[in-house]
Amino acid sequence: MSVLVFVEGFNGEIKKSSLEAATYGYQVAQQLGTSATAVAIGEVHEDALAKLGEQGISKVLYDADSRLNDFVADAYVKVIAKAAQQENAKVLVFSNSNIGAAVGAKLAVRLNGSLATNVTTLPKTDGGFIVTRSVFSGKAFAEVNLTSDVKIIAVKKNALEIANAGSGAATIEKFSAELTDADFVAAPKETIMQDTSGGVLLTEAEIVVSGGRGLKGPENWHLVEDLAKALGAATACSKPVADLDWRPHHEHVGQTGIAVSPNLYIAIGISGAIQHLAGVNSSKVIVVINKDPEAPFFKAADYGIVGDAFDVVPKLIEAARALDK
Amino acid sequence: MKILVCISNVPDTTSKINFSGDNKSFDKNGVQFVINPWDEYALTRAIELKEAKGGTVTVLNVGEADAEPNIRKALAIGADDAIRVNADPKDAFFVAQQIAAIARQNNYDMILMGKESIDYNGSQVHNMVGEMLGIPSIVPASKLDLVDDSTARLEREIEGGKEVVEVKLPFVASAQQPMSEPRIPNMRGIMTARTKPLQVVEPVAGETKADYVSFSKPEKKGGVKMIDAENAGELITLLRNEAKVL
Repeated sequence: MSVLVFVEGFNGEIKKSSLEAATYGYQVAQQLGTSATAVAIGEVHEDALAKLGEQGISKVLYDADSRLNDFVADAYVKVIAKAAQQENAKVLVFSNSNIGAAVGAKLAVRLNGSLATNVTTLPKTDGGFIVTRSVFSGKAFAEVNLTSDVKIIAVKKNALEIANAGSGAATIEKFSAELTDADFVAAPKETIMQDTSGGVLLTEAEIVVSGGRGLKGPENWHLVEDLAKALGAATACSKPVADLDWRPHHEHVGQTGIAVSPNLYIAIGISGAIQHLAGVNSSKVIVVINKDPEAPFFKAADYGIVGDAFDVVPKLIEAARALDK
Repeated sequence: MKILVCISNVPDTTSKINFSGDNKSFDKNGVQFVINPWDEYALTRAIELKEAKGGTVTVLNVGEADAEPNIRKALAIGADDAIRVNADPKDAFFVAQQIAAIARQNNYDMILMGKESIDYNGSQVHNMVGEMLGIPSIVPASKLDLVDDSTARLEREIEGGKEVVEVKLPFVASAQQPMSEPRIPNMRGIMTARTKPLQVVEPVAGETKADYVSFSKPEKKGGVKMIDAENAGELITLLRNEAKVL
């Protein structure tokens, strides 16, 4: 038996969240006294795959079929299921991304496995296979026992540190499944990528700078963008801002938007309604800047500044630019 | 067009979350339950499609009798009829099996639900149902339109962008913003909802594969450290030297 990790590429590199999944997979493999294999699909640089050895991955099964450069759920499931069978994998590890969670759920049906998404801890394996997952929109944790023979885990982003296991390069094996036209019936006709300013994906970012209605209008967003740029951060916004079309919906974090869990979340001019907190409460450090000292967000913050964003943020930009990187 | 919309009955977004004394179950005391907000996007889009193209919208809940007020609310918003599978929704696999069983009996053109429920945040059921029925599942979809009577066009969110997908009916899709603008039921809707059919059926034999053992709450934050707005730059120093996040 072994542990199988699915790693996702982005612009040819491996996503940070997938390096976390690889770390998790290796640590589970250590617990179970076995090795961790990765499976990669589509366009990923081979040197990036070999470097997975640093996270303890010994072997990478690589399906470079160019039809899989776009995400095609049924085809991905077929490739990963075949890899799981070949490796006799009893634990499959994914990142809790849109892709990872989708493929994980389908594989749970196909491999008759137990699935836990949003997982924040390594398993407890004395008397079961118990993992902790984040539930109630970050307001609680649940311990779940995965009872099937095959366990499938989607690891919450930024829940564990990427480890360097110090092993050599992973070996790369070419791999393919016999895909048919039927596997491509739901293939995308078109893929439209956003302009990710500065190249930082919101869901992958270690730092997020987020703006609310306190910024008064989209014309003032340069404050958010400039601070984000100085910190190497992604930008986000509150629900009212997306509803007003000041910013696109894919930047909306909160209960009904995207949930983020960066190391640092900076909220500018956001009052901190409970629905907003639900999307950001897993952030390690929260900074709140608001001119209203009674804003509820301060109760959830680690650092706070009561002041006008138009005075405060330029000072932060200046201080951030002065940091030696 | 026959559309099935699956809804969960979940604690209101502003609820304080508490657990029983032994931390083994969620404490429903004093908690107001609502239709899962993500499911409302699916429900509203289904009703919009019905209004434009004709057909029926059936609401399905796998849950106990205490979910019925919110099933009636879905009928008041504009669904035509409802089915409640009378069972404790123990885990995603079990719920997906119940939905798949109902779907097999009824030949729906599309099966819609929210991207996830705001209680267990599993985001599993839609893809499991698609896989069980052998039909495509488009998750999460921010846009859903019909191209013709047998084809739908959806936008699917991926990290860093979106995909445009065209699929033949039937399919499963999960909703997220900005798919639709949820509606508030009007008086006429509330009146007619009382007499719309709500069928209660017993569950098919199903399996659970994930047992919830216990719950806990995150540690409380240590309190906020305030920085004077005049010396706002000091924050950056603290974030580097104290919080060590820069």
